[in-house]
Amino acid sequence: MIANLVLNSMTGRESDRSTSREYLRDLILVLTQKEVQVRYRNTWLGYAWSLLHPLTFAIVYYIAFGVIMRVPIDNYAGFLIVGLFPWQWISQALGTAPNIFLANASLVKKVNFPWNALVVSTVGNFGVQFVLSLPVMAGTALWYGSSPSFAWLIGIPVLAVIQFATLYGLSLAIACTNLFFRDLDRLVSLAIAFLFFLTPITYSVRMVPAGYEPLLILNPVAPIMLSWQQLFLSGRFLWPSFAAAVVIATVSVWFGTWLYGRLSLRFAEVI
Amino acid sequence: MTSIAFHRVTKWYPRYHHVMKGLKHSLLHPVDTIRGFRAEGFLALDNVSFEIARGEAVGFIGANGSGKSTTLGLMAGVLAPHTGEVIAQGRVAPLLELGSGFHFDLTGRENIFINGILLGLTRRQVQERFEDIVRFSELEKFLDQPLRTYSTGMVARLAFSIAAHLDPDILLIDEILSVGDLHFQVKCRKKIDEFRRRGVTIILVSHASGDIRALCDRVIWLEAGRIAAQGPSGEVLAAYEQAQSREMEGVLRPTGT
Repeated sequence: MIANLVLNSMTGRESDRSTSREYLRDLILVLTQKEVQVRYRNTWLGYAWSLLHPLTFAIVYYIAFGVIMRVPIDNYAGFLIVGLFPWQWISQALGTAPNIFLANASLVKKVNFPWNALVVSTVGNFGVQFVLSLPVMAGTALWYGSSPSFAWLIGIPVLAVIQFATLYGLSLAIACTNLFFRDLDRLVSLAIAFLFFLTPITYSVRMVPAGYEPLLILNPVAPIMLSWQQLFLSGRFLWPSFAAAVVIATVSVWFGTWLYGRLSLRFAEVI
Repeated sequence: MTSIAFHRVTKWYPRYHHVMKGLKHSLLHPVDTIRGFRAEGFLALDNVSFEIARGEAVGFIGANGSGKSTTLGLMAGVLAPHTGEVIAQGRVAPLLELGSGFHFDLTGRENIFINGILLGLTRRQVQERFEDIVRFSELEKFLDQPLRTYSTGMVARLAFSIAAHLDPDILLIDEILSVGDLHFQVKCRKKIDEFRRRGVTIILVSHASGDIRALCDRVIWLEAGRIAAQGPSGEVLAAYEQAQSREMEGVLRPTGT
């Protein structure tokens, strides 16, 4: 029965499968487009802002950790920039996640469309911003001596899809849970602050003391982060991290979908 | 042909406030939390059964908390009954309250697409109906203006125009007909009459009897989650108004003086 509910919630109300797939596609496209439009409308610096934020933090960390604490990483500025753009996608998606359904309360209360499309569009919107910032990441990597490689052509879209799936699953789980447990909002913003320093962004994985290395496995975004750094800075796939990232993405989507299937019939009661 | 059927529907809300009070409370009073979870609850609908035929216009009336919104939520499929069965045949279109599903920084044109798709149309279907929606709303001149420049009445017109072009089998209206100027209200009434001729089932929920009297042939009066009375609009509304005025008298002339 639950399996049926999940299926129903994913495919909408139309009985005709082809219509419903078209519908689901349109729903996701239009909602994502809306998020992107809303973001860039009314701000002159719209696109620049999504670049300025990570770049500003790159300067801050460069001064604090590169100049003052002298982190032993070559091309530290480049290393920071390559890490901070994927991180911005992660932190924005997870930070917004608790309020995705709450912000659409009046819709969820009345209209029976696949509500998880709201999560897809939110994560997708930040993903679009990430994709738009790829030239800056690539430029940075080139500036610091990487050579453009064919691995980028395959690696960038593949990693973007994996990161999208990971964030979708996590955000869906967070958005569902927050309706029943409103404290989660605060907990998530604390968790993001923790996660940032537990992810190798300002330091490299080689600097982690031997005994602590396995703990990185517990961090759901560490493998994808390592994969981005490796891809941009050495033009290679880091297979163990890549495999871990795929597993995490799969588990995350499965868990988020399962939780959504369990809880979504209660949404309208508690929202 | 039956359009909507409730068979012995009971809807019971657990009290979520224990968890929603926050983590600290839940952790400090775990027993209290679990017990509260099980024992407390609010019976929104208590063993309610009714059937509504295709093309009927039925009004639901009752005080706040009598179960009207729950009934509407069950019909729309956003809620599931605790026990019993809810059947709603075909496409259900809720007429949304002012502004929900709209984004006020986007233009009327963009909002028609977003809203139409949220309500169950594909992009192609919205495209096909776009002209009709715009013509009906009489907002041609404002189509490319952001919605925040619209008046309340204009937003209501846009919302009704979209809902009116969804080709619903069941239209759910949660008291918003009184918005918009007289000219547009008349237009809405005409559209609703046209719907009825085409066999669309119309459900109107209100605690004011005026709209219901004008539109509905049958009324179901809910009180504390049960059907207090049902039947032809005139009779039920008369009884409801009588009960209301009795209550009013009770307030004005307290017993014992």
